[in-house]
Amino acid sequence: MKTKTKKTDWFYSPAPESTDHIQINRKNDLFIDGKFIQPKKGKYFKTINPANEQKLADVAEADQSDVDKAVKAARTAYDKVWSKMDPAERGKYIYRIARLIQERAREFSIIETMDGGKPIRESRDIDIPLVSAHFFYYAGWADKLEYAFPGKKAKPIGVAGQIIPWNFPLLMAAWKLAPALATGNTVILKPAETTPLTAMKLAEIIQEADLPPGVVNIINGAGKTGQALVEHPDINKIAFTGSTDVGKLIMKSVAGTGKKYTLELGGKAANIIFEDAAIDQAVEGIVDGIFFNQGHVCCAGSRLFVQESVAETVISKLKDRMESLIVGDPLDKNTDIGAINSKMQLDKIKMYVDIGQKEGALIHQSSCSLPEKGYWHAPTIFTDVSQSHRIVQEEIFGPVLAIQTFRTVDEVIAKANNTPYGLSGGVWTDKGAKIFQVSKAIRSGVLWANTFNKFDPTSPFGGYKESGMGREGGLEGLMPYVNLV
Amino acid sequence: METFVNRIDQVGVQERVARLFSRSIKKESKINALHTVLSMIDLTTLEGKDSPGKVKQLCYKAVHLHDQFPSLPSVAAICVYPTMVPIAKKALENTNINVASVATAFPSGMASLEYKLNEVKMVVADGADEVDMVISRGKFLRGEYTYVADEISAVKEACGKAHLKVILETGELVTLDNVRLASDIAMKAGADFIKTSTGKVSPAATPPVVLVMLEAIRDYYKKTGKKIGMKPAGGISKAKLAIQYLVMIKETLGQDWLHADLFRFGASSLANDVLMQIVKQSTSVYQSANYFSMD
Repeated sequence: MKTKTKKTDWFYSPAPESTDHIQINRKNDLFIDGKFIQPKKGKYFKTINPANEQKLADVAEADQSDVDKAVKAARTAYDKVWSKMDPAERGKYIYRIARLIQERAREFSIIETMDGGKPIRESRDIDIPLVSAHFFYYAGWADKLEYAFPGKKAKPIGVAGQIIPWNFPLLMAAWKLAPALATGNTVILKPAETTPLTAMKLAEIIQEADLPPGVVNIINGAGKTGQALVEHPDINKIAFTGSTDVGKLIMKSVAGTGKKYTLELGGKAANIIFEDAAIDQAVEGIVDGIFFNQGHVCCAGSRLFVQESVAETVISKLKDRMESLIVGDPLDKNTDIGAINSKMQLDKIKMYVDIGQKEGALIHQSSCSLPEKGYWHAPTIFTDVSQSHRIVQEEIFGPVLAIQTFRTVDEVIAKANNTPYGLSGGVWTDKGAKIFQVSKAIRSGVLWANTFNKFDPTSPFGGYKESGMGREGGLEGLMPYVNLV
Repeated sequence: METFVNRIDQVGVQERVARLFSRSIKKESKINALHTVLSMIDLTTLEGKDSPGKVKQLCYKAVHLHDQFPSLPSVAAICVYPTMVPIAKKALENTNINVASVATAFPSGMASLEYKLNEVKMVVADGADEVDMVISRGKFLRGEYTYVADEISAVKEACGKAHLKVILETGELVTLDNVRLASDIAMKAGADFIKTSTGKVSPAATPPVVLVMLEAIRDYYKKTGKKIGMKPAGGISKAKLAIQYLVMIKETLGQDWLHADLFRFGASSLANDVLMQIVKQSTSVYQSANYFSMD
């Protein structure tokens, strides 16, 4: 055969999503009682783009008196309007919000990516489509609660304080708002201080949808604002997603007050690869499990267990696959891994990577180059680890995977459960019976079989043990927002 | 025989394909890709009604893809039926374009081994640089893997210096598990290339099938250090799809396989669509199909 000699290196040209048409308000006020108002003390904090450390906007910080104002607006809206409204009418408002989000999906994805650092591929294909899907799903329940709880009357609880994290900002807002509104509650939502911008855009949509004033109020601030909200005497229910430490504080604070609460906290999920799994697809599942959203995922598959007969193959394939992950500009459509959400989080990840090495674990990182400005971390795996390592026990919330091998089914079940957490897990095998055997034995709220990190509004999500209590999503997601009489 | 079974999860493969195909290839990278695609094409005519005249025209086209753009690469090879090999060989004298011939009772493979080997020897004697054989799908589906492997080895021997492409006819193998097993058998038995389809069975090359075969090639390379080539054939007529396949190669096998020595497109109408895109990239407007020769 005549061979051709010319060889070319082929690289993808930059393919950045255009931001020309995106309008980010330089100054964002509090959204209370249907209006944008300035905070009482006039204090603002800045939010930056973690990919380049440039300031995006100023955001109003709510103090105690602003929280009071928001709770009062929510209480009035609850008493006078929302709890009394015909459920079908409530549903119409929620449908309208869902449609408006769909119409402006591109704008939301771009802002989510700029404010939070996640790749545009994820905000465009996963976050924002799921946001509208959640509103659509719960809009449907609004006038069908009698079918959700046969023989009972589902009454709303009242005013809900909702505190959401920075890893899926708008999606977590949707998870919390949609069921609360569908069941007739009014809400004060507090986004995380590093990612407030999409929630403020949502406030615009809520105005546009003509939702009665006070039904949804959005205030910003850090821990202190959250604390004021949690401790407010006129709040009936707290919904929190975030760290286990803060979750514990919230539990203490609401103890004895009669406030209802749901907590969605940390995780350290076991992702289990059996020797009879489809190996190439399982490797994709490992990548999705730990590198999705830079590993800022409470249900991330951060503990990998590989059966010893295939361990060498799996780890070698994983290392190859890590080399093909594109790390860089989150707005580039080809980026797989974006920026770490904040300096604080990057420091925490680095601390754990340091601990892992000091503990004697074997580190391997992809050889990708990282941008100079902004907060970045290369995809990282650790082998030679044991259950006693801190990087196996504690949640890192970054692109860092700890890999152990195992020999028997019983051994891996015991190790998978040997953790204070119990949020999610994964099992990879070609044998259906083994899927059932393992998934029944593992104490976690979600268990994926031959896939990982899949979300759907119809499916309940939540944890055991220190991963939290209560479920969000699905029919079960209605329960924390109703009193059944 | 293969002792370790490589299992394939179809849903996972489809997800991976969707992810790979969502890569955005623009500007410089698109122009480079279009040129690379052209250089990888096996310009093909495999019809019962093929005539010496048609084959000569195709050979001329292979050398003169679009003379208005002088810097274009030529295609990799011309792929024809055995009786057309001498004609193609003559028409492509003094070019660096290979002549590939289908053989082994293409497309069905329903003939004796003796018949197949004679056919292979004939096309090689006539000057074929590459031989595209078909596997015995009936035997494979009955589980007679040793027969299939032995047959490939025998054909490989008959090929002599000619390169052997082994057509799995994945449309008849039905499952991705079968595609993987057939790929493993073919590579071990001596294939220089593995090829999806004859183009005579639907579906021909599908993205999940191509991905599974590329993964098989990758694993074989890791195990043996031997680089096996890949040729999807049939149903690839658009430049966009061809570029998506380049993404799949790059991210599965790496840069080395982005070359006509290790990757080919078996296609008849792909070249003109690629040419149309290349012209569009430089003029910003699409020309009608009438501006591209239809040989």
